[in-house]
Amino acid sequence: MTASPAVIPFDLLPPNERPYFDRFGNGLVVVLPPRQPGPSGWGAGGPPHGGAWIHVGEDGKARAFIGKVEVGQGTRTALSLLVAEELRLPLSSVELTMGDTDLCPWDMGTFGSRSMPDAGEHLRLTGAATRTFLTELAAVRLSAAPTEVELAEGTAKARDSGRSVRYGELVKGLRRVELVPSDAKPNPPSKWTRAGRPAQDVGAREVVTGNRRYTSDLHLPGMLHGKVLFPPSCGAKLRSVDLSRAQALPGVTAIHEGDLVAVAAPDLRMAFAALKALRAEWEATPQPSEKEIVEYLRHHPVEGEDFWDMVHHETGDVGAAFGSAPVSLRETYTTAYIAHAPMETRAVLASWEDGRLTVWLGTQTPFRAREAVSDALELSPSNVRIIVPPTGSGFGGKHTSDLAVAAARLAKAAGHPVRVVFSREEEFTQAYFRPMAVVDIRSAAEQDGTLTAWEFRVLNAGASAARLPYRVANQKIDNQPSESPLSQASYRALAATANNFARESHLDEVAARVGADPVEYRLRHLGDDRLATVLRTVAERAGWSPRPAPAASGSGRGIAVGLEKEGRVATFAEVRVPEDRHLEVVRIVTGFECGAIVHPTNLRSQVEGGTVMAMGGALFEAIHFENGRILNPSFSRYRVPRFRDIPPIEVILLDRPDLPSQGGGETPLIAVAPAIANAIYDATGKRLRSLPLTPDGTVP
Amino acid sequence: MPSSEPAARPRAMTKLRVNGTDHSVPIDPDRSLLYVLREELRLTGTKYGCGEGECGACKVLVDGVAVRACQTPVGEAVGRSIVTIEGLAQGEHLHPVQQAFVEAGAFQCGFCTSGMIIAAVSLLARSSQPSVEEIRAAMDGNLCRCGGYLRIIDAVQRASRLSSGVGGAVP
Repeated sequence: MTASPAVIPFDLLPPNERPYFDRFGNGLVVVLPPRQPGPSGWGAGGPPHGGAWIHVGEDGKARAFIGKVEVGQGTRTALSLLVAEELRLPLSSVELTMGDTDLCPWDMGTFGSRSMPDAGEHLRLTGAATRTFLTELAAVRLSAAPTEVELAEGTAKARDSGRSVRYGELVKGLRRVELVPSDAKPNPPSKWTRAGRPAQDVGAREVVTGNRRYTSDLHLPGMLHGKVLFPPSCGAKLRSVDLSRAQALPGVTAIHEGDLVAVAAPDLRMAFAALKALRAEWEATPQPSEKEIVEYLRHHPVEGEDFWDMVHHETGDVGAAFGSAPVSLRETYTTAYIAHAPMETRAVLASWEDGRLTVWLGTQTPFRAREAVSDALELSPSNVRIIVPPTGSGFGGKHTSDLAVAAARLAKAAGHPVRVVFSREEEFTQAYFRPMAVVDIRSAAEQDGTLTAWEFRVLNAGASAARLPYRVANQKIDNQPSESPLSQASYRALAATANNFARESHLDEVAARVGADPVEYRLRHLGDDRLATVLRTVAERAGWSPRPAPAASGSGRGIAVGLEKEGRVATFAEVRVPEDRHLEVVRIVTGFECGAIVHPTNLRSQVEGGTVMAMGGALFEAIHFENGRILNPSFSRYRVPRFRDIPPIEVILLDRPDLPSQGGGETPLIAVAPAIANAIYDATGKRLRSLPLTPDGTVP
Repeated sequence: MPSSEPAARPRAMTKLRVNGTDHSVPIDPDRSLLYVLREELRLTGTKYGCGEGECGACKVLVDGVAVRACQTPVGEAVGRSIVTIEGLAQGEHLHPVQQAFVEAGAFQCGFCTSGMIIAAVSLLARSSQPSVEEIRAAMDGNLCRCGGYLRIIDAVQRASRLSSGVGGAVP
């Protein structure tokens, strides 16, 4: 765990100039160059994006390198399976390095469910090409035609002579770099023998023995503990600060550089004492509070800026359709600001060696962190290395690099490595939140129920999943960004959760109005066969019986669908609402299809876990705030799902080996809240239009 | 740049028995057991999750019972036997609960896993064949943000079967 001075990160060098063999020994290296060249080619102006490379060494192992990171979503094992599959190697002979900015291809970040469609595809192509080169090497060595050479379990064998040679032997003394040819052909999923099968997580033993080292576990000789001074409320500006009392404490370094005020001390308690000893004056400005937030967001639109994606979509003539409609409905749906609350709070360790900086950082965006740190400290990107140790989950919450900059500055000023780990309260107050959403929907239908018009506007959250998977002739869909009083950014399935909740709730309302069964009504309008298949499968497994009107019997069933990031989901929920109005979710059945399944064991975990996480936002999670202060920054005041909240969850995975593999970390969340809201309506006749649905556990 | 440990005041020491070994740690009864385990003894398998006893990531066994190390002043642990996640396996041989967590795939990011395993060991020591309801109740103080609860329940049930298979050997 030492920094490596005088190294140029591989992504800043052309493929043939990288010192692969000095670093990893003799062997065969196969490189997939980035598909999208950067603005200024190789060099300091910004490297091209994406790609992968694989080194097969004399030990017979394959070392694969990719810019994505693993923060607990299981991609390390899934991506390793794809390499093992292409190279015909046991999983234990594949080593995957992810997100190390010295060694890995540049990558924009791990978000948007892109690891399987991007990194997965890049590794398959690189693996397929590596297999071809190994086959050619073996053909020469075994005096056989390449078509007669068979690769299995790390050995190449000639079919006719029966002679064989291990991969390690094949590459002995070799220092050869090849590029992936444009005709590389990965093994099709229908022929997979390793991928697509149940598999154990590659790091399982380290996890269960407590030996997996997360960023917050790392330690270097002489290491100090850092703390950052944060404003007492959102939007407060620092007027002045006096560091002298903190600096007078033994072993303490205190800095004020730009907006950053921070301290470092030999132990954590001293660091807290130093933080307290800082004399800071703040200037607070009045901030909107939770009770007026919907109106605030409505009246503070932001023009020309957007959260992720802008959309304005219009077909047909919405105005005319509403004018003549026999049935019409207008409702507003909201979702609260919620926190990611990852089990491991944000953590960073920074260490300088001979003017080169190494930063161990739990992040989803290591290359952006390299840029942020090198910009802030006026360093060449070559002199900054970001390493992403195992990370105690992210959920879209670990994208920012401020803490890395703080640790780097502190380490520089103190002349010692500095580790900064957020307290739980800091994690709740100084991270950022899932944006609140306000969604207005107006719809029109014929007497027979046929939807004729759909007007949809989402405020503040973004456009994901705002488009209709249903056939409606006249549509107007808008995404209106707002000025958010709370810091907000990415969150696992953020806007898709809000937009899907609004749409699938509203559709249920229209179905009830026209006396249609919710499943039949959806199938009647669905314009996507794959989604219809998922819905039918779930309805059948759940034992759905048609219900044109709510039973209001205290027991209810609801269903919802979602199409997002090329994944299809349908979720069924059954609830009980007894006399005391205390909600019990009795059972969930959820079906998910995301193309060819690479790692079914992990995909099932992702769907199950995503469902649990979505239940938190659906039922009780909400950040409470008043005039810039977060009122519930702790697990005792911010309720997240616990063992007692979780009903049996039946997961149905629909495998489509004929379709490309898509990510599974986000889409499984998006139909949970509307399925439960629709079930509550069925049980009680009461329609709940705001998430969380039951903040105190009861149906109002 | 200097890389030596920063100067620290000389401190009075006491003995703490962790994973069968006596360790010399500074006397500072107010300091939490979690801090001493992680920062003094570098046993980092025990995690900080919340510091208020709400998440269970810091659970360790004290005389065989799971306690929250973040809420336990180290003074209370002196003279008692502490077992952390690092002390469960016998060499290469995993504890049945650890083995069951591997087999059940009962973790995602793995950050809550140490606390979960310790809570499960403690539960199985007092109830060798717990029902699902007992498991839920006993482990409700442990949070998993990846949402792996159902796998964890499965793992605890597996462990209960594994333990009875090897003679109920749960420390």
